[in-house]
Amino acid sequence: MKINIPTPLRAYTGGEQTVSVPGATVGDALQQLTGAYPELRQHLYTGEGKLRSFVNIYLNDDDIRYLPAKEATATEESDELTIIPSIAGGD
Amino acid sequence: MKVSYSDYQALRAHGEETYPHECCGVLLGKAGPGGNHVHKTVRAGNTRTDRAHDRYNIAPEELVRVQRQARGLGLDIVGFYHSHPDCPAQWSKTDFDEAHWVGCSYIITRVNHGKADVTNSFLLTGTGEDDKQFIDEPLEIEMGGTENEQEKGQQ
Repeated sequence: MKINIPTPLRAYTGGEQTVSVPGATVGDALQQLTGAYPELRQHLYTGEGKLRSFVNIYLNDDDIRYLPAKEATATEESDELTIIPSIAGGD
Repeated sequence: MKVSYSDYQALRAHGEETYPHECCGVLLGKAGPGGNHVHKTVRAGNTRTDRAHDRYNIAPEELVRVQRQARGLGLDIVGFYHSHPDCPAQWSKTDFDEAHWVGCSYIITRVNHGKADVTNSFLLTGTGEDDKQFIDEPLEIEMGGTENEQEKGQQ
């Protein structure tokens, strides 16, 4: 399946904006991704291995945090994962 | 950071339209040796309806759509813009704490009593959360006949 990499994290995927990985679940695919590009791990996960609060992962159009099985959600080859850091602020 | 005059005007006008609330949007373009070059601005909705006068947030699902749109156009997300109603065009602690797009430009416009006046751009540098910092970056306004390509999204 394809994983779309946001601009700030492409420095850790050799500039690739899309990476193809095998994976039967969302978690598998993310493990494959960080296995292939180890430097990505610290930008996606905390030291305790939890997804960082500002990192959103979408399976097609769904936030995986709100999927019943979350990272254990089964995926198909045609699915797309998108990593999208949050954007917010204000004065 | 380079932006066309029409895009520059459009993002400032967005801040006037949403005043006294903050506006926000996404900058699509390309990163180059001279910095980020904006080719298109896309308006986004501010989901912080609880305190839109001094906070903004772009729904991640909207960002996913914009990133998909950028890919289709052969462009990247190179930055974001938002307004500060009646507050300086400087990044705030909240802006900094919530900034996670290293390498991207954050444009801020002060909207003073409903009128856009100062617009500044800040580049988020570093490698991640531990060493990120905002640095001032010159905003080069490109004069010329480029059409306003701002897209109207949610408001």
